[in-house]
Amino acid sequence: MIVYLLCFTLFLVGLYGVLTQRNLVKIVIGLSIMEISIFLFFTLIGYIQGAAAPIVVRGQVETQFVDPLPQAMVLTAIVIALATNAMLLSIAIRLYRKYKTFDIREMRSLKG
Amino acid sequence: MSEIVKTVTKIIVGVIFIYGLYIIVHGHLTPGGGFAGGAVLAGAFVLLVLAYGSPETKLKSQKEYPAIFESLSLLAFLVLASIGIGLGIKVFFNNYLPKGIVGDLVSAGNIPLYNMAIGIEVAAAMFAIILALIIYKEEARE
Amino acid sequence: MEQLVPVFIILPLVSAFIIPVTGRFSQNFTRGLSSIVFLILTVLCVASIGLWDRGMIIYTVGGWKPVGDIPIGIDLIFDGFSAFILGIINFIALLSSFYSIGYIKKYTSENNFYTLLCLMIAGMNGVVLSGDLFNIYVFLEIASIASYALVAFGVEKEELEASFKYQVLGGLGSLIILIGVGLVYWITGTLNIADSSNLLITKFDNKFYIVTQILFIAGFGLKAAIVPFHTWLPDAHSSAPSPISSLLSGVLIKAVGIYVLIRLFFHMFDLTYEVSLLFTLLGVLSMIVGGILAIGQSDYKRLLAYSSISQVGYIITGVGLGMLIIATGGDGSIAALAIFGGLFHLLNHAIFKSLMFMTAGVVEHSTNLRDLRMLGGLSRKMPLTTNASFAGSMSISGLPPFSGFFSKLIIIIAAFQAQYYVVGAIAALMSIITLAYFLKFHKDTFLSKARSEVRQFLPVPVTMKVPLVILGILCVVLGVFLVPQMKEIFMDPAINVIIDTDQYSEIILNVNR
Repeated sequence: MIVYLLCFTLFLVGLYGVLTQRNLVKIVIGLSIMEISIFLFFTLIGYIQGAAAPIVVRGQVETQFVDPLPQAMVLTAIVIALATNAMLLSIAIRLYRKYKTFDIREMRSLKG
Repeated sequence: MSEIVKTVTKIIVGVIFIYGLYIIVHGHLTPGGGFAGGAVLAGAFVLLVLAYGSPETKLKSQKEYPAIFESLSLLAFLVLASIGIGLGIKVFFNNYLPKGIVGDLVSAGNIPLYNMAIGIEVAAAMFAIILALIIYKEEARE
Repeated sequence: MEQLVPVFIILPLVSAFIIPVTGRFSQNFTRGLSSIVFLILTVLCVASIGLWDRGMIIYTVGGWKPVGDIPIGIDLIFDGFSAFILGIINFIALLSSFYSIGYIKKYTSENNFYTLLCLMIAGMNGVVLSGDLFNIYVFLEIASIASYALVAFGVEKEELEASFKYQVLGGLGSLIILIGVGLVYWITGTLNIADSSNLLITKFDNKFYIVTQILFIAGFGLKAAIVPFHTWLPDAHSSAPSPISSLLSGVLIKAVGIYVLIRLFFHMFDLTYEVSLLFTLLGVLSMIVGGILAIGQSDYKRLLAYSSISQVGYIITGVGLGMLIIATGGDGSIAALAIFGGLFHLLNHAIFKSLMFMTAGVVEHSTNLRDLRMLGGLSRKMPLTTNASFAGSMSISGLPPFSGFFSKLIIIIAAFQAQYYVVGAIAALMSIITLAYFLKFHKDTFLSKARSEVRQFLPVPVTMKVPLVILGILCVVLGVFLVPQMKEIFMDPAINVIIDTDQYSEIILNVNR
């Protein structure tokens, strides 16, 4: 149970970063930390103590495998997270070039 | 970049490239596959650009090629998957090629082909992303 | 018909990847391709009314037949409700991409625009067709990432800032949805919606059951911009290029937000009184807050964006009332009426909000102004736009001959019949407030005296005018869906699918057997 709590704590760390940081890049880092905590949670869902990795090889002896589906989901989610992060960072760089700063308090062209 | 980086790059870039190809081709047998191998391939390209960096204008003109590779490999992926609509049990993503023996390099039907398409696409996409970031940085320096 | 289900995903994806290749050689082909693709898909949707026997089509991708009772592959589900939403998505996408031919020329990278547009539509079609939770998440992210890029397409300060805000909040929503998917897998060990619905019935006392429901409401609520989660919408929708605004406001928030919420809460979870009440409350809250915030806006597209929040509130209220009636075991015909109101308003909102954003695009293209305080007296120079905008704004406000009147009326009647008088009264009151701000908006922009700030009137290309005419006419004639015969053909399949909450999983699991 404690590992699930650690995942949740990591998620909260990321959320804290997103909510309190004023720097665009640090916000992106916060989001990444949240993503990673969820990936950990997914791998834990499928984990079975003492089971082998779910890869079929010739002449194998193990009979019990960990659940491969959450691992496949994590791989897909990592690809999506890569796309999101690349997108966020490129927007952050563009913003930097417009405002000459990463501080979100300086960016106020949108109102109400 | 310094001479040391250039020399080390010259030696190691081929190894990285082959390793990426290995991961892609063995995607249906071992951990890894299209995404991981593609990322390694992109790493090789990025290493080359960083070590032997071209001027920004030249990079800009080269930026189109990864995008085209990306589109073509994804098209190939979709065409491979769509051919399944016409063959065998006639569904999308049907694995219509012969499956072979478990553990062989040439086995698992369509999966290695999908892995290769994904590998090219990921390599091109990640290279394009990092190239774009390098160009941003060069522009900001001026 | 069965073979045509994956075409809704394949065709937009193929066109998205052909465009960057051919765009180097022929600009005109690129411009036409996306319109042609969406035309084909729209025709397919309309034709499906005749081709298909109103049952549910279950398409197993990759031919992974279920083992025993357990579905193991990814299913695509084509039933009345998904057909209804697919029709709206592809029709609005057709008009938007046709409109873009004239509009987007002023931006530099046209090819990227059409690629992202096709990707976004492919994502939405995928979300609507998918019968698998994780697949919904993947397609939702495809649609969302494309929309983040499209919001920032102008690469000016406002666009980038809006896009960043949208991405952080949208990313948060996606992560919350992902945790929800993980919890469902943890509880039930399956990702198939029908299968997990079957298993969740026995896990009703699981302590994570309610957590999962709340996570899904928060996550998809963020995507649908229901009120406590609405802050990104006015920025994002007002900063995007106009054809994209019309797609975002008209379709995206419904396809990835409301559609999935309805699908999950009617077909996957058991309807409970608390969740239904929460839905209705959120709907009413959106209705009020969106409407009141819209009054003070002086930016053309911001006003429309706030009004979107308010109108989405109407849809959620209608559906929420239906949920409440079913959950408390009330009269099924009133529940059907409330859901009919919600779905009809969803259709109407897609039509008139797209129309309004497209007129905003025409005005911006022609005069290069968006501030209502500077615009004025456009009616003499742009009679067509004025009439289209009039039809749209009166339809939103709910004046009688226009379609918006009927859908709001049905929601209010259903609320009164189900004896939720307060909800009905608030809906009627907010309709009057909507009328007030749209009258003010219409007077400021089109009717009052011409002002000196309006200096230029660029000619408007014909591709931008045609969608306005089509949508304007639809605003008037869509009232025919009230005629029982028309309702039976177009609306009833969708309503029946939603009302029969158990049927969904029963059909899928039986067919799979």
